[in-house]
Amino acid sequence: MKFLPDQVVARLQTGMQTPDLSGTRYRALRPLGHGGMGTVWLAQDSILQRPVALKILTAENSSADLAARLMQEAVVLARLEHPGIVPVHDAGTLPDGRTFYCMKLVEGKTLDRYALKLPLRERLRLFQRIAEPLAFAHSRGIIHRDLKPANVMVGSFGEVLIMDWGLAKVMAGTGESSATGQVPGQIMDTIGESALAQQEGHVLGAIEESPEAKQEGHDMDAIEEPSLAKQDPRNVVDTAKLSSPAKQVSGHEFTRAVQGPLISGALAPENATAHGTILGTPGYMAPEQERGDVNLIDQRTDVFALGSILQYLLQEPPGSRQSEAYSRPLRAICAKAMSAEMSARYASVQELAADVGRYLDGMTVSAYRENIFERTVRLVSRNRVAVVLVLAYLFMRLLFILFSRH
Amino acid sequence: MSNKIVLGLVLGGVLGILDGLTAWFTPAVRAGIVGIVLGSMIKGLIAGVLIGFFARKVHSLALGIVFGLAVGAFLAWIIAFMQHGYYFQIMLPGAMVGLIVGYATQKYGASSQLQRA
Repeated sequence: MKFLPDQVVARLQTGMQTPDLSGTRYRALRPLGHGGMGTVWLAQDSILQRPVALKILTAENSSADLAARLMQEAVVLARLEHPGIVPVHDAGTLPDGRTFYCMKLVEGKTLDRYALKLPLRERLRLFQRIAEPLAFAHSRGIIHRDLKPANVMVGSFGEVLIMDWGLAKVMAGTGESSATGQVPGQIMDTIGESALAQQEGHVLGAIEESPEAKQEGHDMDAIEEPSLAKQDPRNVVDTAKLSSPAKQVSGHEFTRAVQGPLISGALAPENATAHGTILGTPGYMAPEQERGDVNLIDQRTDVFALGSILQYLLQEPPGSRQSEAYSRPLRAICAKAMSAEMSARYASVQELAADVGRYLDGMTVSAYRENIFERTVRLVSRNRVAVVLVLAYLFMRLLFILFSRH
Repeated sequence: MSNKIVLGLVLGGVLGILDGLTAWFTPAVRAGIVGIVLGSMIKGLIAGVLIGFFARKVHSLALGIVFGLAVGAFLAWIIAFMQHGYYFQIMLPGAMVGLIVGYATQKYGASSQLQRA
């Protein structure tokens, strides 16, 4: 019996994964990244003559459940028209039966690869920009639930995009969802998690970047950067936690949560993910998310994750000396955003971003009560030139007095 | 933030009073301290209004500082000219006060449009 060479096997596997785009306006060029659910392909839109990104279900995952889940991700993204959220151009089913959606090709780097080289103040300004699209999504009743540095893209011109809305939750009672006849107060989970992905310890909705994509600097949707992910201790999956009975993901519940009506935009109450389901990334998940308290999840859950991102951005390279990143107000902002008690957190991401803005402007932050010494130091450092001018004047006057006595 | 002209007026007046009060440390002129303080305050008020008006028209920290310095020095020169002496002792502090007011109006003064908004 003769075995096929590895190269041939690899080529066959690639051939199987290559989507059938015949009869569509798209031409697949190469994969950019792949994850538990689907693969993101670089494609050419033959009508508009532009490169686009296609997120397509992988062949082995093309079940009706996952198809509905992918479609719902597209529906959620289509609702969120904001410069900080990647726009969806098209969605549908390919000739080979696989569900896909087409989105803008984003070129840039994920936050974990982009930010840590920047000076602290630029990192904080970047953080403020991350909060903007998130605040917009919250105003539309959508909670991201999987915020982490790998899901934030910084484009070539410094534009910030929040990626991977695959775990997003639509809150009932918002303008659009209430129009579909939902019961007020009902929470709709858009996405669940496959048991397989959990077993493998994969970050949900995350996509591993292909080597070619890394070389060319294309980052598609949520791309994992293995080397940097290792640097961030929060990316380590706590298997003990995940394997505890109270926190195990139920594949059946997931299946129930993503039935067909989502595609038409109607979010039926029976699609709600069951209580006890865990969705998100360990280290960036709020306690209520870790517990699987789906009913408690609201925008403060994203505030927690945003606080984790802030903490990540405050990291200094190994070996660096004590810096402004260790200042008490910044630490207090992180602590407040990441408070275990939801009520102790910032009520919204705007409040969190505003506190960071106040810090950058040299103002007092709401999260930290400074003493008189700290307040004086802050005021002096904020008005350094004015203080120097007044001191120079007083010094001159002192000299005049001394000379007049002689 | 207060209006640039009001800020210039208040700061010029206050600094003018303080500037005049320092004459108390010069025994030769101590007898006329009230007149010196009043004159210095009026000088500060005039300088403050002029500098504040300039700050409202020209949004430049550097130009604001230069204008403040020039106005402060010029008004102080008039005082020194009227005193027939003490040019250095009067003009240097006067110029410094003008500089401080010029900086403060540009840096901390709010434009009238912003205030209306």
